[in-house]
Amino acid sequence: MSTEPEAPAPTPADGPSSGPTRRTFIATTSAVGGVVIAGGAIGGGFLASDEADAAPAAPASRVSLTVNGTRHTVTVDNRTSLLDLLREHLDLTGAKKGCDAGACGACTVLVDGHRQNACLTLAVRLEGAKVTTIEGLADGERLHPLQQAFIDEDAFQCGYCTPGQIVSGVGCIKEGHTHSPEEIREWMSGNICRCGCYVKIVRAVEQAAGRK
Amino acid sequence: MSPQPQAAVGAPLSRVEGRLKVTGKAPYAAEHDIKGVVHAVIVDASIGRGRITSIDTDDALAQPGVLKVIHHGNAPKLPYKDNPASNNPPDGRRLRVFQDDKVLFHGQPVAVVVATTLEAAQHGASLVKVAYDAQKPSTDLAKAKADKPTKYARGDAAAALRSAPVRIDATYQVARNHHNAMEPHATIARWSGNKLTVWDKTQWVVGTQTELSTVFGVPADSVRVISPYVGGAFGSGLRCWPHTVVAALAARVTRRPVKLVLKRRQQYFNTGFRPSYEYRLKLGSNSQGRLTAMAHEMDAETSSYETFTESVLFPGQMLYSTPNVSQAYRTVPLDVNTPIYMRGPGFATASFVIESAMDELAAKLGIDPIELRLRNEPSEDESKNLPFSTRRLRECYTTGARAFGWDQRRAKPRSRREGDWLIGMGMAAGVYDTARMPAQARILLNADGTAVVDAAASDMGPGTYTSQTQVAADALGLTMRSVTFRLGDSLFPPTPPHGGSMTMASVGSAVLDGCNQVRRQAIKLAVEDRESPLYGVEAEDVVVRGGRLHTKNNPVRGETYKSLLSRNKRSHLEAKGSYAGPAAKERHSFYAYNATFAEVAVDATLGLVRVRRMLGVYDAGRIISPKLAESQAIGGITGGIGTALLEHTVTDHRDGRIVNANLADYLVPVNADVLDIQAIYLDGEDREADPLGVKGLGEVVHVGVAPAIANAVFNATGRRVRQLPITAEALL
Amino acid sequence: MYPFEYTRVSDTKDALTAGRRGGRYIAGGTTLVDLMRETVERPETVVDISGLPLDEVTATERGGLRIGALVTMSAAAAHPKVRTLFPVVSQSLELSASAQLRNMATIGGNIMQRTRCTYFRDVTAACNKREPGSGCAAREGYNRSHAILGTSDACVATHPSDVAVAFAALEAEVHVLGADGQRRIPFADFLLRPGSTPNREQALRKGELITAVEIPALPRPLASGYLKVRDRQSYEFALTSAAVALHIRGGVIREAKVAAGGVGTVPWKLPAVEQHLVGERPSASLWAAAAAKAADGARPLAHNRFKTDLLKRTVERKLRIVGGTK
Repeated sequence: MSTEPEAPAPTPADGPSSGPTRRTFIATTSAVGGVVIAGGAIGGGFLASDEADAAPAAPASRVSLTVNGTRHTVTVDNRTSLLDLLREHLDLTGAKKGCDAGACGACTVLVDGHRQNACLTLAVRLEGAKVTTIEGLADGERLHPLQQAFIDEDAFQCGYCTPGQIVSGVGCIKEGHTHSPEEIREWMSGNICRCGCYVKIVRAVEQAAGRK
Repeated sequence: MSPQPQAAVGAPLSRVEGRLKVTGKAPYAAEHDIKGVVHAVIVDASIGRGRITSIDTDDALAQPGVLKVIHHGNAPKLPYKDNPASNNPPDGRRLRVFQDDKVLFHGQPVAVVVATTLEAAQHGASLVKVAYDAQKPSTDLAKAKADKPTKYARGDAAAALRSAPVRIDATYQVARNHHNAMEPHATIARWSGNKLTVWDKTQWVVGTQTELSTVFGVPADSVRVISPYVGGAFGSGLRCWPHTVVAALAARVTRRPVKLVLKRRQQYFNTGFRPSYEYRLKLGSNSQGRLTAMAHEMDAETSSYETFTESVLFPGQMLYSTPNVSQAYRTVPLDVNTPIYMRGPGFATASFVIESAMDELAAKLGIDPIELRLRNEPSEDESKNLPFSTRRLRECYTTGARAFGWDQRRAKPRSRREGDWLIGMGMAAGVYDTARMPAQARILLNADGTAVVDAAASDMGPGTYTSQTQVAADALGLTMRSVTFRLGDSLFPPTPPHGGSMTMASVGSAVLDGCNQVRRQAIKLAVEDRESPLYGVEAEDVVVRGGRLHTKNNPVRGETYKSLLSRNKRSHLEAKGSYAGPAAKERHSFYAYNATFAEVAVDATLGLVRVRRMLGVYDAGRIISPKLAESQAIGGITGGIGTALLEHTVTDHRDGRIVNANLADYLVPVNADVLDIQAIYLDGEDREADPLGVKGLGEVVHVGVAPAIANAVFNATGRRVRQLPITAEALL
Repeated sequence: MYPFEYTRVSDTKDALTAGRRGGRYIAGGTTLVDLMRETVERPETVVDISGLPLDEVTATERGGLRIGALVTMSAAAAHPKVRTLFPVVSQSLELSASAQLRNMATIGGNIMQRTRCTYFRDVTAACNKREPGSGCAAREGYNRSHAILGTSDACVATHPSDVAVAFAALEAEVHVLGADGQRRIPFADFLLRPGSTPNREQALRKGELITAVEIPALPRPLASGYLKVRDRQSYEFALTSAAVALHIRGGVIREAKVAAGGVGTVPWKLPAVEQHLVGERPSASLWAAAAAKAADGARPLAHNRFKTDLLKRTVERKLRIVGGTK
């Protein structure tokens, strides 16, 4: 083993490169719009030729959905949630798993423009859906105004709930539930922040909603 | 004090890793992309105590994708050598996963299913059939037998209480709390031969490294622990828990990298918790409110296999001037998993009791609660007979009273009403000790004028990345942008646990030391280099700013690191910074303090409590990163609102099952619960504490919140609630 | 989660066929997926009905409202007709769950919600609802959130829905479609008290599909509202709640519709309270006297004794707010 660390901690200046190794499955989806070929059941996994082949594969279905503007046609285990599809198969770990039960909001994504809990959304049901995750908010290098507002207001600490908060905040602003701090607090209550940044989250949403 | 200009330290900067976090690109433990990783899901014991009589894994193994089910019947025997260099309680024997058939608590890991997909692993885990010989567990603090007490005494508290003209005698109960950080505990483990790499959620990569090395009997340098981002922890990551061992074990057995993410439910019994207490406090005072005696008796949960203790005794010994103090702290072994430190450990619990009792005394005597505290302000630490390094609690009270409008408080309870709401104000003092431990850091100044600073530290949210960069930038005379601080890797120089508010003091002092060395090396190089404009200048007269060395008095005379290093053909300068920790025999007593204020509204008929405003005023020494420190305080208070009004881990004592092990039933504050929170840090520093002059702030901001709220509830309603959390049934 | 087959249907006929074969309908999925993950629910086939044309809110001829089964909670709450005609429905919806969950969950699914009883959700605990005959761990266990009304020896679990309390108060009807055609089930008959068969929760026949909930016309003006009492300010199920609708004309209460939540094994209609109000003039003492009947028949358990009192106070408070007296 090399004595030099493999630079595990991303530097503040440049983020971690997203590894090319995440699930060989990814290689079978195209990042180009249009028709895409799926690489067999995720349920079977990339080790399907291995030990697992003795038993029949779990029921799986093919579904085409668009994530952050990229069309994916995938064959998913029917049990796979949108959250696990994103995190375990599409190399999009921005949406977080906090409770896996719709009780924390860390997994919030937009589905056809509406904020939803990805943990309670079965991926197989998303035929034709357009999904936006935290990774899809910035315009190239330019952050979404709410992302910038979160930095400016220091509306996060550990950062784990942050993607869900921001996506939820984008939904909240779009829904028009930002007329007062009280309204923002209520309509952002589906996103738990255990570090306790609510006061600043409200300020950030206000700022991005143009109230400040 | 550093001769260097302080440009970054003390400036309200945004988080250096902010962009990564708001774009979802900061990788947390389960998010590292490890080639060939398979998934593991733990099977939990469904009894509270007893023996496993059989495990049937056939159905699980028949599932497509399931690779292996590991349990005590087939797991390799592990060395589990002692690990004194850890946060494992010294008294006891740690849980040894899959090493025998014993079940010590409900939810204990009894098997793990490894599969190629998460879905298969989860389903497989639900199909493992475990049969037990169950016994009735003992989980009720009120009913179980306690250990022998740890005692403290000065003077004669019993006699002083007998003769005290005014007495308070009350018993308080504090519920068990779980940290419930948003990121679940998770581990990815990969073996290469006899070398183990784990990506783990931990507050101490070094601690996880030593634990895995002793459990598996491999040299410490064969274990590497990586943890660049921690999604909150609040103490739950201070120990390496059994599930991390399970992940490494599963990886070894299956010869594949294994990812194991605890389900939310599993956080409640695989990782520790703030123990429940029953705490009786007797106060004696004269008629002017001068305390003459305090007698503390407390029972606290621990597990049957380890004795967990925390710093619950200090506040009772040093917060107020009291000639006679007695304390008895008894742990009560229960059939539960072992507790662990949680935000403001020990101090937060003691402060709820002491500060509630002081409020009771103030009410009994008709003295303003702040005035009562001022009358009992000690001139030295009476438990150690040492002067306080700094103690500005009086200023916290006066500053807070002014800023909060304490003069608006009505002394008589239940005398302010707005419609259905009764309004009340309360306050409490908070204290937390200023812990420091030895730490090291490595500093590398590159020829291009950038620097990399490495330490095995963590950043679970307080802002280690940012604040250490601030310290390094100023000490090196670089801009923030030119300095990269890296943490969370056991290959980096060792640091103490990221807890107890000691990261800034300990790691920061090591970073400061190393950066000072490197800067001095550069200055020496310059003043001895005939070709340098600084040749011949006294080293002490040179400062560095923006990567350029120059004389203090003449900024024009100087040159950049870059030109200096390239001319001298130096690829870099480097140093190992270190901090030795506090002196073995300290000459001062070191604590951080606060005064916390709360205004609550209590629905007079429905019993609901709303915290309308809170203010914390802190004496925490020097504040390195004010913007982040403010967030810490607001967060600490928000957490305290949870402890005060919502949080309560509930056990069904019939079988030891935790019945609210999820975020819908274990209630933590949501956005709508938190209205107006302000934080004020008193300007200053503590020159005795550590080279940076900091006293730590992450813990103290949580201490005093619950009693301030409870005291405000009393002021609003006239009802004294001595049990946390304060819920509607206590106020109807 | 157990493996399952997944089918999507686009017309009700296909849905009914799939339902008759034992398929489990999924709409928002917020309850079903959650319970499947806990292995409480183990459907072999999941039938996705989200494509069915059941997502409209329509006014009925006489001034009532028909809310399609697939209207999401957020869409129903925001619908102008719902907001103006039945604020109690909007309020009960917006005080439920979170914005995200309300964007997913549907009206039909909401009233099909299963209990939050911790022992029901934990497959290693005894629960007659989940596993008939296994016993009820809640009765002698931790039961702070459990029911004080409508309980049986077999089950003490509450129905968790808020909007169902509003529907119960307003005497809504549930429209269901089955092999034998359409039928309407009065809300009071739709959700079943546990009795000795707590596993039977709704008066649905195998394969029947909820198509809508219809709120009947009520005389105008109608003042209505929903009060939810809980530990946390938001994102929590009710300790107690009250749905109130009052038709006051000429200073006299002509009609009163009142139901309570968080306290019953089903949304708890309060006819005694209603009867006490009708024909009377609003006053503080009237609200108190009427609300005093709200907990009639309550059988509290070890940890929820406070609910008896809290329920009365909740009802009294909401009567006062809706009735418009100080």
